Amino acid sequence: MRNNRDRAGSLVTHALLIFFALLAVAPILVIVVNSFKTTQGIFGQPFALPNADTFSLGGYERVFTRGQFVTNYGNSLIVTVGATVATLVLATLAAFALTEYKVRFAPLVGGFFVLGIMLPIRLGTVPIIKTMISWQLMDTLVALILVYTAMSLPLAIALLMTYFKAVPGAIKEAARIDGAGELRTLSITLPMVRPGLAAVASVTMLPIWNDLWFPLILAPSKENQTVTLGVQQFVGQFLNDYPALLGALTLGAVPLIVLFVVFSRQFIQGLSAGIGK
Amino acid sequence: MNRAHYRYFLVFTLPALAVYVVFAALPLVNSIWYSLYDTDSGVARFVGLENYVYLFTNPTTSERFWNALTNNLEFFAIHLLVEVPLGLLLAALLTSGRLRRSTGLYRTLLFIPTTLSVVIVGFVWRLIINPLWGLVDFPLLGDERTALPTISLMSVWQYVGIPMIFLYAALLAVPNDVLEAARVEGSGAWSTFWRVKFPLIAPQFGLIAILTYIWTFNGFDLVFALNGSAPGPNYSTDILGTLFYRTFFGSSGQLSDLDLGATVASVIFLIILVVTAAYFGLLHRRLRSYEL
Repeated sequence: MRNNRDRAGSLVTHALLIFFALLAVAPILVIVVNSFKTTQGIFGQPFALPNADTFSLGGYERVFTRGQFVTNYGNSLIVTVGATVATLVLATLAAFALTEYKVRFAPLVGGFFVLGIMLPIRLGTVPIIKTMISWQLMDTLVALILVYTAMSLPLAIALLMTYFKAVPGAIKEAARIDGAGELRTLSITLPMVRPGLAAVASVTMLPIWNDLWFPLILAPSKENQTVTLGVQQFVGQFLNDYPALLGALTLGAVPLIVLFVVFSRQFIQGLSAGIGK
Repeated sequence: MNRAHYRYFLVFTLPALAVYVVFAALPLVNSIWYSLYDTDSGVARFVGLENYVYLFTNPTTSERFWNALTNNLEFFAIHLLVEVPLGLLLAALLTSGRLRRSTGLYRTLLFIPTTLSVVIVGFVWRLIINPLWGLVDFPLLGDERTALPTISLMSVWQYVGIPMIFLYAALLAVPNDVLEAARVEGSGAWSTFWRVKFPLIAPQFGLIAILTYIWTFNGFDLVFALNGSAPGPNYSTDILGTLFYRTFFGSSGQLSDLDLGATVASVIFLIILVVTAAYFGLLHRRLRSYEL
């Protein structure tokens, strides 16, 4: 009897999770599937797979001929990779120093960084605009990289500190006795914090790739648009060309979904360890 | 050695500190500073609280502000009341011990909407609830009464993965011997969850609530992606983020005003700060003391 109840419980658990997983994924599948159809197919049978009559790649053709998708992708890649690398380098240096050197004001500096996890950085947009204008960085990708690096550092530092704390002191002492400088000592510990670096990279990339606010304000021109802003404008301009719209949305979403599925473990670890604590 | 420590500390933290201060911390403080000036004439003139007086006494700006604040409270409340319980349910299902190998698959699938950009989320749902497709007969986004709840639920659909992951991590951290003891005493899954696991993860709800508060009062993207910078119908989906954007950036029918923008930003910052400080000052420690 106990066994039957267990089986029933496990059935209900799976049924509920399948329901919610479908609710999560089905809308995305609807977009992807319909992007391979003609307009008639999209509105005639929205929930059917494309068949010989309704299959069409015309939407994708028009995305590439009328949109600036290649440029947009390039911009998103430069900004996301640039800011992620900058965050990793600066946060590694800072987190190592904050855990390694027990100077008097270290907890204060650490606390100041951690505060930033909760700070609504966007509310500083007006002064950021003024700074970018006076540094002649308005409408450049550099402006985005700088702001995103600043935005990502607090969580990155908090996360990396938990990993650096776990590195045994003996390894660093041994390196120093061998005559290694501090930078060399840091680089010797790097392999041991590699999971932390992966977690930081994955939680840093996602919000940057998907952000709409700063591209809209700091880099709005056609040459500097990121994918997210590009798709947003494309949606505004091609309101009636549904195959092209759905194609653009698919192209905007797929790379991140693939990246997330591959790195989901690191991502989830980074999220729960960084903010949950 | 100690002096060397100071030097290394400075050299290693300075680059991060510089970027963080110049592009994140200082702009927030400077917003308050700018809100005390009038720069319309091209020269900065100190005006004290004049911008604030204007914001709250000019009939149009004050009406828009209170409207956006009320909408934002509703936006927050829907997240708190729908997203957090749903996240708890999903986390409880994932950690019920009945799944074995499929846990990772479910967790990844459930989290996928969170990885999408709001542009896609907005478009997908606008298409699905489009009366042309026939799933919904009512113009949910076109009616003043339903537009904001509809957008809020789209946002819940996207971000339910976040409370789910926090609670999932907390539930995984419940020690096995505690669960074993409950099992030995003949406690079923339902009562084990509510009487053993739930009290142990309860402190997480405080943190989730305050993070939800900060994120929703910082919200902008989904509303903008769906309804632009003067979010209708008739400003019924206008929240503080879109009001802020419209004020400093301008929109059709409204000139850009950087000083007033800084003022709106400072007011939003204060709204977030007061509640966050109250939470950490009064509640957080008390909640934490119940933790394992």
